[in-house]
Parts: sequence; structure tokens; C-alpha cells
Amino acid sequence: MPNRSNLIYRYDGSFEGLLCCVFESYDQHEIPLDIFSPASLQTTLLPEKDIRTETAKANRVLASIPQKISPAALDFIKRAFLTCHAQKELYILLFLRMGYRYGASVMNMLTDDVVNTLFTAVKHLDKESHLFKGFIRFSVFNNALVAEIEPKNVVLPFLVRHFRERYPEERFLIYDKTHRMGLIYQPYQATIIPIEELDLPETDENERSFRELWQLFYDTIEIKERHNPKCRMSLMPKRYWKNMTEFGSAEEKPSVSRHGNDAVKSLNFKIAAEEKLLD
Amino acid sequence: MKLDVFDKLKILTDAAKYDVACTSSGVNKRASAGGIGSAASCGICHSFSADGRCISLLKVLMTNVCAYDCQYCVNRRSNDTPRTSFTPRELAELTINFYRRNYIEGLFLSSGVLKDPDYTTERMLEALRILREEYRFSGYIHAKAIPGTNSALIARLGMLADRMSVNIELPSQNSLRLLAPDKSKHSILAPMGYIQNRIQENSKELVQYRSAPKFAPAGQSTQMIIGATPDTDFQILNLTESLYKKYKLKRVFFSAYMPVADNAMLPALNTKPPLLREHRLYQADWLLRYYGFAANELLDQQHQSFNPYIDPKCNWALNHMEFFPVDVNRASYNSLLRVPGIGVLSAKRIITARRTTTLHFAGLKKLGVVLKRAQYFISCGGRQAEGLKFAPKTMLQSLLSDKTLTLYRQNFPEAPAEQMSLFDPPSMVQAQSMQEELRKCLTAPI
Ligand code: SF4
Repeated sequence: MPNRSNLIYRYDGSFEGLLCCVFESYDQHEIPLDIFSPASLQTTLLPEKDIRTETAKANRVLASIPQKISPAALDFIKRAFLTCHAQKELYILLFLRMGYRYGASVMNMLTDDVVNTLFTAVKHLDKESHLFKGFIRFSVFNNALVAEIEPKNVVLPFLVRHFRERYPEERFLIYDKTHRMGLIYQPYQATIIPIEELDLPETDENERSFRELWQLFYDTIEIKERHNPKCRMSLMPKRYWKNMTEFGSAEEKPSVSRHGNDAVKSLNFKIAAEEKLLD
Repeated sequence: MKLDVFDKLKILTDAAKYDVACTSSGVNKRASAGGIGSAASCGICHSFSADGRCISLLKVLMTNVCAYDCQYCVNRRSNDTPRTSFTPRELAELTINFYRRNYIEGLFLSSGVLKDPDYTTERMLEALRILREEYRFSGYIHAKAIPGTNSALIARLGMLADRMSVNIELPSQNSLRLLAPDKSKHSILAPMGYIQNRIQENSKELVQYRSAPKFAPAGQSTQMIIGATPDTDFQILNLTESLYKKYKLKRVFFSAYMPVADNAMLPALNTKPPLLREHRLYQADWLLRYYGFAANELLDQQHQSFNPYIDPKCNWALNHMEFFPVDVNRASYNSLLRVPGIGVLSAKRIITARRTTTLHFAGLKKLGVVLKRAQYFISCGGRQAEGLKFAPKTMLQSLLSDKTLTLYRQNFPEAPAEQMSLFDPPSMVQAQSMQEELRKCLTAPI
């Protein structure tokens, strides 16, 4: 096994780009100290190497994972890539190196530091995705449903199936403010696109009534003699509250952007043919 | 929107909130063509109220008017309280509008007895019919079967609902007779038995015709009130176990009694709800359902109440030290499950991880094992944890949760720290036998 170098890899932030880092690591018999994406603002005095994204190389790595490790491992690193772990790229690289060495059984090596780190990160992602299935709050604008969330991980790809099975006949948009992207659905197509900012029109009378009814229900359903704010906080951490109707936040007036604005106003946009449709 | 609906929602939520069942679990569904609504068998919590309980369903009563006079209930006939009813359409519209906005996973519909059980059930049926037929709603519906309802109506209810429940409320016939004069053991168990039969028949129908309509596909559940009557934990747990076996219930819920009436037969109005007792019962229920424990392993004739300070599993372990230490590298899944500090998930992870490596104490933490508790009951490669002290003080701190430890210290402040032992206070139910176990535990070969 090659020694850890003191090199820093820089890549373009895409999954393909990361696969090219893996290629480079094997090609050069080196293991970088860390891998930076354009999003990471870190600067370093250590030597850096820019890794170019080349589809051919990425594809070679991609094809080798299910073959030499397992399909489950590929699925796993795809998820890991969407987590908010600060060094997910480095850990994915280290995980794959272990995978090429030990094969499918790498997925069982739960007490290993690298494997454990990624498993923990993916668990966090899975848990957050699950919570959002419940915590997302839609408002109705022009008969379309719009919600805003601020997740730590990239959860939208894991919400597509759930919400399309729930609302097959609706038009809806879930806007991820953290990562500035939106899940857009209209019967029967879903897509995830970047959205810089979102501007929502005024809520109407009807919408406000249902918000108030929900707040009334929320306040009434508590058994006062069992008041237990600590328990609530651990099950539903405060960071989720700000986009939840029961805490009265949905009244805030948001701001504008072109892309998102158009999307919401009509929600009738065409989904460009080359945009990848989600299952 | 009529202001009226606000008043109704407030009154009918307030009257429904003591029903603890709120899960939306047990069935997987997706919206039918042109419809709305799905369900996930793991259940989805949409919010948590300020008492820390999950909100998954719009939990309301059809009406809080009631012809019955159950003494433990806020809706009893003799209670002076504002009464109102939803119309079936009002309720259906409220449900759909909440559902569309993702406030809820579905509806939990119960009711006071308006006129008689059949009339009440017909109103509930109409609300559910509007939801299922007019709105083509496939979301989760939990419907309460009211004791005394005609079985033909219950059959129709089951075709519309995902889950059904008949509340036992009071765990013994004697308590029922005293406090719920309009109900009887028979009027509760008859619909429960009927529902179970229909579910069984239905599963056969579904084998023959995959598209056969489903009867209560998420099964049935019940609820018991804890602490309103002298029934013991032992009685309640045994009843729970037999309900799982006999009626194949999906869940038995426990609800700590909240005093709502000044009645000599009930706890005084200022009595605090027995939350810790309720918590212990839930822990024990969990042990029955997922850990392979039997009720009589946890309690018996001589020990009819749970230990307030130690959870039932740990209590069992301390009384069965001959079972331990369990070797994490060899023990079966079922044996691992008996170790305090190892849960269903960590037991599974242990099984997975030990395929590729020999487990050591350091690695167990990563698998989610709570070593602080488990260390007394496990070994790795024939050894127990290094430097493990079987001193009462450290064990006490390790085996009690922070909360019960505080409680213990409040109740027994005079116990000096170094002598502090779980096993001194006379109120400890199993003091005697546990003292012996601790001694064994202390002298066990390491
Ligand atoms: S029948 Fe139900 S609602 Fe009526 S008093 Fe008894 S428990 Fe309460």
C-alpha cells in the first residue's frame, strides 16, 4: 500500500470528479492527505494537485466498483457523497481502496474507522431524509404545493419517490435552501434543478386559515400535565422548527430570483429533455 | 372558512388527546390513479407536541357528545363540558387539506357515543367514505370500533380503515364494572375477536385474489389506562401478552391516568400521572415484541410491580447473572439481545461485523453498544472489560439512567455515596434477591 502523501487533491465537486481522484490515486500510487472541492473554502500551504474530470477515467472506476467490490458498495458511496461529512471525499477514496483490497466484505467491516465514519455519515443522511418526510410543510399557491427546507445533507434525491407516491396528481416544489436546489414535480415527472433563490407570492385567505387551524390543533393536542420540552427537542431539534407551520414561521416574506420565481409562479415549466428524470 | 370549524377542532381535539395511539405504521401503500395519499409501514412522525409525543395523524373525535358515563373519561355524560360534532364532510375536508400540506399522515377517528354505538359508527363511516371514495384518499386511517357496535357496521369500517382499535381501557373486569357501567368485558372483546377473524379471513382471500379488498391491513391495537385502578403491572403485562397471542394485536398502548373526575373510586384530582410506570410498561412491551421475553420472565406473583429505578431488561439480567457474561464473538442473536446496553440494531451489527473480524471492546462502541451498561454482562475473547469494577456505586451509575439516578438520590439522600447501593431501600421490590445477585455479580470470576 502506498504511503500517505502530503498532497491535497482539488476536484470540481462532481461525483465523476471524485472518481477521477480515485483513478489518480491508483495511477500515481499515492494517497492524498485530503480532497478539496470548490465549495471548501480552505486554503493550505501544502502542495495541491488539480484533478481534471475526465469521463473515460470516471467510467472505468465506476464500472469497477460493482465488479470488484459490490453493487451495495456503489450505492453506499453514492449516498456517502451526498452527506454533509466535511471529509467525505477522502473517506470515500479510503473506503474504495479498502474495497478493492477486501472485496464485498468491506461492507461488513463496521468497526474499521473509515467504514464506520462513512456509515455514521450515511446514517445521518438517512435519518434526516426520513425526518423530512414528516417535517416538510407545504403551502398552497395557485393550487401548487411549495415547501422550503434547510437540511444539512443533500436529502432531495431521497424524497422524490415518497412525495410522488403521496401526491401523484399535484404539482409541487421542495426548495432546499442550504444547497440551493429544488425538487420539482408535475404529473408524472420529477426533476432536481439548481435554484438560486425563491420568491413566493402572498398567501391567500384560505391558506392562512388552514395554517391557523393546524396551529390550533398543534397547541391543543398537547397534554399539559405531560409537558416535556426536552423530549420534544431531542425528537425534533430546533433547527427544523423555522420552516414548520406549527411554529408560525411560514408567514415570513421571502425574496426573489428569476429561475425559482418562474418555477413557482406557474409550475408549468417544461422539463428540458436533457435534464435527467428521476425514477 | 366558518369560524365554527375552529371551535369544533379545538373541542374535539381536546377531547381526543388522551388516546395515546398515534402511529401510522403497519402498511405500505401508494396513491391510486387520480388519487392522493400513501403510507409507509415504518410510520412517519410529522411533528412532536410540547409533551414530546409524536403527531402523525389528525386525532379528533367525530363528536364528544356521549351517552355513556365512564368515570375516567372527560367525555362522560355527567361531565359539564361544551359539546359539539363534526359533520362527516367538514371532517373529510379538514383531513384532506391538512394532508395536502403534509401536516399529517392521515386521520385517527374516534368518537363519543352519539345516541347509540350504531348511529355513531354510521357517521364515522360516512366521513371515511367521503375520504376514500370522493377524494380517493389512500393515506392512513385509524378508526375506533365502539364497543356495542353491530358487527356488520364494523365490517364496513374495516374496509375503509387501515388500522382499527377497540380500547380495553381498564385492565380487569372488576374495574370495568365499577367505572364503566355501560361497557363490559364482552362488549369490548367481541368486536376485537370479530376484527381478528375478519383480518384472518381477509388474508386468505388475499392469497386467492391479490386484488381482493383489504380489511384493516395495518391490523388492530388497543389501549389501557394505567393507574386509575389497582391493577398491577404483572396483571397488565400478562393481559398484554395474551392480547398479542390471542387477538394478534399489532400494538397495546398504555396511557398514564390523568385525573379528570372527583370520584372516590379514582385517584384524587391532584394525583400526578404515573409516567415512570407507563414508561416501564412500554419497555416491557418492547421486550415482549422484539426481544423474545415472556411476561413471566419479567414479573411474577411475588414481584407484581416494575422496579422504578432499573429498566425491566436490566432487572432481569441482574436476577440472572448465571446467563452472563455473554461472549460477543460467539453468542447467538437472541442471547445478545438479552444483554443490557445491546439493542436490536447493535445486535445485528455485531453479527455482521464479527464475520470479518474478532470483536474487541473498543470496536463495540462503534456498533452502537452502550458499553457503560453492557460491560458487566459481556466478554470478548474470553475476557471481560479491563479494569471493570463491580462496585455498587459505579454499577449504580452505569445501570441507572441519569434520570432515575437523580430520582434515586432525591428519594434516598441520606445514603452516603460510598454505601449507596441499589439494594438497600426497603421500597425496592426485589431488594432481597437482587442483593444476592449483586453479591454474585461482585464475585463473579473475571
Ligand atoms: S364511551 Fe368513550 S367517550 Fe363515552 S364516556 Fe366512555 S370512554 Fe368516554
